[in-house]
Amino acid sequence: MKPRLDWIGAGLFAALLAVAPLFLNAYQVDVLNSIGLYALLALGLNLILGEAGLFNMGHAAFYAMGAYTAAILNTRYQIPILWTLPLSGLVAGAFALAVARPVVHLRGDYLLIVTIGVGEIVRIALVNDVFGITGGANGIFGINRPRVFGYIIRRPEDFFYLIWGCVALTIFLFLRLKRSRFGRALNYLREDATAAEGSGINTDYYKLAVFGLGAAWAGMAGTLFAAKMTIISPESFSFWESVVLFMIVILGGAGSIPGVLLAAFLVVGLPELFREFAGARMLVFGLVMMVMMVVRPQGLWPARGHQGFSLAALARAVGP
Amino acid sequence: MSQFFPFPATLNLANLVEEFFQQLTNGLAVGGIYALIALGYTMVYGVLKLINFAHGDLFTYGAYLGLTLLTSLALTDRLGFALGVLVLALMVMGLVAVLGAILERAAYRPLRQSPRLSAVVSALGASIFLQNTLMLIYGARFQVYPENILPATTLNIFGLYLPLMRVLIVLASVLMMVALYLFIQKTKIGTAIRAAAIDQDAARLMGIDVNRVIMLVFLVGPALGGVAGLMVGLYYGQINFTMGWVYGMKAFTAAILGGIGNIPGAMVGGLLLGVIEALGAAYISIAWKDAIAFCVLILILIVRPTGLLGERVADKV
Repeated sequence: MKPRLDWIGAGLFAALLAVAPLFLNAYQVDVLNSIGLYALLALGLNLILGEAGLFNMGHAAFYAMGAYTAAILNTRYQIPILWTLPLSGLVAGAFALAVARPVVHLRGDYLLIVTIGVGEIVRIALVNDVFGITGGANGIFGINRPRVFGYIIRRPEDFFYLIWGCVALTIFLFLRLKRSRFGRALNYLREDATAAEGSGINTDYYKLAVFGLGAAWAGMAGTLFAAKMTIISPESFSFWESVVLFMIVILGGAGSIPGVLLAAFLVVGLPELFREFAGARMLVFGLVMMVMMVVRPQGLWPARGHQGFSLAALARAVGP
Repeated sequence: MSQFFPFPATLNLANLVEEFFQQLTNGLAVGGIYALIALGYTMVYGVLKLINFAHGDLFTYGAYLGLTLLTSLALTDRLGFALGVLVLALMVMGLVAVLGAILERAAYRPLRQSPRLSAVVSALGASIFLQNTLMLIYGARFQVYPENILPATTLNIFGLYLPLMRVLIVLASVLMMVALYLFIQKTKIGTAIRAAAIDQDAARLMGIDVNRVIMLVFLVGPALGGVAGLMVGLYYGQINFTMGWVYGMKAFTAAILGGIGNIPGAMVGGLLLGVIEALGAAYISIAWKDAIAFCVLILILIVRPTGLLGERVADKV
């Protein structure tokens, strides 16, 4: 595909999506909202996992940090929910930096294990009502609806435009980031960390920066989630959320923004179409992950400009 | 727990000591189970340099197969308790070993030449697949081991009253660990496994069939994991299709704690983690029990990624 065709395709997709709520019922719009939220989270994870090649399977922890920050500020201090957006991002990002600082140099699979551990510790802390502010297993309820210029966002269609507006903004920003010096450094880091270090790229700095940025995005997505649900509880941020996000990035094609969007539609949308098989959802995902790694390790819609998914390159760098 | 250890009316030293030893032996039993699972992780890691994420689920299969065989064959009724449980354990070991070999064939062998990290993704997929197969077969609820099968005996050891099951688990796990250690160190096949772990290509040049070694590792590891699953079923009486994940993570922590790829390390790490967890749950907070293992995991990876007995493996850039 020529680049111009890409833009026409993206424009058509955006236009189709923009008018979709006019033709869909409330339930279908709500499914699109979920897809949008997962897309936001997966785009953030894609920076960490796809662009920089850092195996993070605790993304739900950063999501939870953002959601709880927003919920606590809103219910305790009556701060309007959307105003908490930057602070949620900041808290989640700062937490990610603090956690990642000592472990970010660990090799891929070790980092994976540590991030799983962090995700679990956060979830257990939330269940145990840490500092007496998280509401324990019941969570926090009574979060206010967001208000934009005096208009209260309440119906699914309202949230649809809020969430997908954020997705569009994220795509725009991350495309810019991908083509910047920062993005190129990340790709170089992913392809061959030793060579990157040798070429004067401060790998620890970039690894931490991308971890913080991806986590901050998850935190802000958490605010949107809290605003949409008005109730949050620890079970929304379980290990499986991290697995689903990880799967979206791997399935779509790590480092590929259209791939991540496509996979978000497939992973979140398809189970809604086949509700009678809802129990088999994870089973199918597991099978798909196994088969994909043999048949198409680069993902459904791999990123262009480098040779598919970087697992191959990463492993070459690390050795057998 | 409280019905077993009633809170002492008078807090005296003897009670405290008694309580401590109860927790310690409990920790040793749980630690033995962790160690058996950890051996599977560490052996696979030693040979393939792969974290077999599906190993925890093979452990769960052991628990479920044990339950099904126990209730359907009524082994303990026919053969008596001791022989019945022994036969049951052997059957579970055999079946889970076959499952492990199938897993290797289906999920890991096709990726042998691929980068290691795609094998990690495949392992995660296999884990999710196995877990959900179990859920579809047995349902999502907790399954309960029949209570009447197990004699509710307590043993008096130096004045300490211990449940029979706890003592048996500690003894059986230590016995199996010693057997495995001797197998790895003293037999020809064990030597082949060690050789393949050090350098696969060199081992191949020396006439070792590395594929068979890998197959063997995927038979022995899951067999030990499966019998650990049976032990959990017998010890706690309750099993769930997701429990392999938590036990797997803890056993992996134990493997890291002892030094991954190191077989005595996995044994030491497992027992140590079990004791740390039991004492932590008793004296710090029961609600944070599961977080203790994860904190140990993170601490050990920060402070000493090679583990207590391990060689240098966690390479830095």
